[in-house]
Amino acid sequence: MAEHRRSLDRPTDQPTGGRGLLGRRRVLGYLIAAPTLAVGVSWIANESDPRPADAAVPSLPQPVDIFDLGDLQNLAAAPTSGLITVELKTDGTAFFAVPRAEVGQGITTAFAMMVAEELDLPMDKVEIGLADARPELLMNQLTGGSNSMRSMYLPVRTAAAIARQRLVDTAAAHWGVAAGKVTTKAGVLSGPGGRTATYGSLAEAAASATTITVSAELKSPSEFSVLGRPRNRVDGHDIVTGRKQFAMDLQVPGAKPTMVARPPTINGTLKSINNLAALRAMPGISDVVGITHGVAIRGDTFGQCIDAIQKVDATWGPGTVDDESDATVLAKLRAAQLPMAVPPVLSQTIDAEFVFAFASNSPLEPDCAIADVRPDSAEIWSSLKVPIVAQEDIAKQLGLPIDAVKVHVVQGGGSFGRHLFHDVAAEAAEISQKMGKPVKLSWSRTDNFRQGRTHPMSTSRVRVNYLAGNVLSYEQRHTSVQTDFGHGLGEMITAFAADLPVGGNLSFAETIFELTQSSPYNFGVTTQLLNEVPLKFNTGSMRNIYSPNVVCAEELVVDRLAAKMGQDPVRFRRNFLKDKRLLAVLNKAAEVGQWGKAMPKGTAQGVGVHSEYRAAVATLVEIDCRPETVGRPVEGEAVTGPRVTKAVIVVDPGFCINPRGLEAQMIGGLQDAIALALTSSLHIKDGIPLEGSWDNYFYTREWNTPLDVEVVIMPNTSDSPSGAGELAVAPAFAAVACAYARATGTMPTYFPINHGTLGFKPLPVQPSTPQSPTDGLDHTF
Amino acid sequence: MPTHTFKLNGKQISVDAEDNVRLLWVLRDLLGVTGPKYGCALEVCKSCTSHINGKAFNTCSVQVKDIGPTDEVTTIEGLPATVGKDLHPMQEAWLKYDVAQCGYCQPGQIMAAVAKVKQARKEGRDITDADLDELRNICRCGTYSRIREAVKAGAEDMGA
Repeated sequence: MAEHRRSLDRPTDQPTGGRGLLGRRRVLGYLIAAPTLAVGVSWIANESDPRPADAAVPSLPQPVDIFDLGDLQNLAAAPTSGLITVELKTDGTAFFAVPRAEVGQGITTAFAMMVAEELDLPMDKVEIGLADARPELLMNQLTGGSNSMRSMYLPVRTAAAIARQRLVDTAAAHWGVAAGKVTTKAGVLSGPGGRTATYGSLAEAAASATTITVSAELKSPSEFSVLGRPRNRVDGHDIVTGRKQFAMDLQVPGAKPTMVARPPTINGTLKSINNLAALRAMPGISDVVGITHGVAIRGDTFGQCIDAIQKVDATWGPGTVDDESDATVLAKLRAAQLPMAVPPVLSQTIDAEFVFAFASNSPLEPDCAIADVRPDSAEIWSSLKVPIVAQEDIAKQLGLPIDAVKVHVVQGGGSFGRHLFHDVAAEAAEISQKMGKPVKLSWSRTDNFRQGRTHPMSTSRVRVNYLAGNVLSYEQRHTSVQTDFGHGLGEMITAFAADLPVGGNLSFAETIFELTQSSPYNFGVTTQLLNEVPLKFNTGSMRNIYSPNVVCAEELVVDRLAAKMGQDPVRFRRNFLKDKRLLAVLNKAAEVGQWGKAMPKGTAQGVGVHSEYRAAVATLVEIDCRPETVGRPVEGEAVTGPRVTKAVIVVDPGFCINPRGLEAQMIGGLQDAIALALTSSLHIKDGIPLEGSWDNYFYTREWNTPLDVEVVIMPNTSDSPSGAGELAVAPAFAAVACAYARATGTMPTYFPINHGTLGFKPLPVQPSTPQSPTDGLDHTF
Repeated sequence: MPTHTFKLNGKQISVDAEDNVRLLWVLRDLLGVTGPKYGCALEVCKSCTSHINGKAFNTCSVQVKDIGPTDEVTTIEGLPATVGKDLHPMQEAWLKYDVAQCGYCQPGQIMAAVAKVKQARKEGRDITDADLDELRNICRCGTYSRIREAVKAGAEDMGA
């Protein structure tokens, strides 16, 4: 059968020996005029050549099959005038400032590996920093869509390869030998007659007086000694010793702790502060000012800011969704569902509807930003995935020229979509400007859950028509509260609308949906459409935008189809999957996870498959839904419920840069999926989430995590890496849901499955941040 | 403003602070000891976990006035010195298993793990999966699988 998914089986990516010596690829870059060796490389649109789809299969290709979100991001990167640079210092270290955010996904380690590989330098001689906002990079400073490896794999290696070539040429000239006689290893150049020189000793000699174009050859994958081998995180030592610095750990002179007392509903506004003098007189408090969405309080310690929040007497204006609760939102979504196109004629039909609750994308590190706003300039420190948009917006807000605002990107304590938005940095700037002093703003944990970003509630309706062992049509209508794309992806779509294979006047959201969603099955006439309801919640993506919910709904229906047709779920998928890479990961998962083995009553296996970001994943889990497990006791506020006891994740990443890091992303995605399926959601009531702490918002905890997790990485199927950060969530979510359905005999239709029962006593809505306990010494162990 | 004195990471220190300020903020905002992290200040997320007299506790939920002059507070920064090495065996295990992703929760995770292992040892047994299920520290990156491997390995290297 012909394969048409561009994401899979790309002949252009197959390792070949056809390009130059050893299959090496010649690349271009610049030597930049600088005191020591510096190389600049322009972005290379390594995947911006959409291959025509071949349509000789029962299901026509959906847009994502020929051009996906990552391709859009690569296309947007191509014409950017700004260069990325690798610099060599006289101490022999190479420095590369990544125009991306590190939030735990491991990109700093992966980039260090790329530089070490092509420069023949030990990993500990490669220093990776995060670049400040660089407006000249236009849309190429956005961390999202699991795109960092895909877009930067070639440019970063190119810069390092050119630096190495320049060092070789410099040594050869000094020694009066041919460049071909000079070799490099571990940061040392060697030539005929036992001559050696360290990179550092030639860093100045290798510098160029003018900026010139040069070329070099990249190593072929068969020559790799770093890329593709497991490497631990470059910041591991700093982390385990407590030295890694997050925004709140930075010591910026005068930037004192600052928090905000907030209104009782989402996006409520401040009308008046009724006890300003009393607040200002509280111990340790230096400043109190009213801001758009609250009362900002600056003091010697965050604890004293929390004390003051308890005493705030303010009059609040309405928020943007005061009349909304879970039920009202769901009714609006149902009213907006697009109709199905294929009527059930002469065939059998499955109709299903799934509901996915609001969820919080808040990382563990509470939102934090430092701002120092002066009359004619400003400086910001925060974890920002789109620092250029932050810089533009904050400059506008402060009434300053863009180049008067410096935006430093700080390592983030997780992101999951949250740091695409710079609302916290903008609020810090507002406060600093109003107080006339530097501030270190932290949102409280409760602020994060109640006023932070949510992954919006959505419904997914699926209709399948089938007849005599064939599936005639698959229709999915996804309906979601509007997702906010005001962070740069929207700009990208506007700028490149004409180049996208999706026609008409689609909204940003519809465009992104069409560029990310596709069914992996030969199900005849296939349509997957999105409609949005424009409610003014603070929304955003959460470790992917649509895929976890869309894929969960589809895979549950696939299991039901299999049952109706009297087929085993794995066998059914084998029969209907379109591409070989997905089939291969499914088969491997079934083998490693011993699909079909005898399981006790009340327990079951479940499987889910997914391809995105040019990767393929299959997940097989076992779940225990027996009463003694569901009701297992855990001290304190806790959700137990069904337990996923085992998980096997099989991933084909194209080219695997770092197996250790890829495995970590798969494990993390699995834990997110377990939370989405079983335990974690926001309950909206009268315009605000009830959840206010991690004991209300039940992200996976140790007592929910599987004891047996195995990640299998398939042999490379390409020379190009795929995306990984968000990859594992969708298939694992689907697998857990399918396992639950098989263990209980009931297909779940509302996620997470425990959403209908409130498992905690909500914290009061005011004060907006609760006082900290004082009984910590009663709970030592 | 009252002056408080206690032993912090092996040194007797004094600090001026209002009585009610929670120890987390005394450490972080007044003393510049930033290993213990703020994750909730509600005694829930456990990212501020440190040790008092060798036992795990949450600095976010103890007023500084409740810490006495002879109390010994150990944060992640002082953990290696408790075994007289550059790194505690639990930190070594964390590195070996490449546990961390973003790293924000990990100082608290390591401090909780060390206390949990010691607790089991005092009861004359090795750490079990049931013990690990009792750890409440949140890792929003979802590194739980590697945490469990590392705690077991670190426990072996901690000796009896």
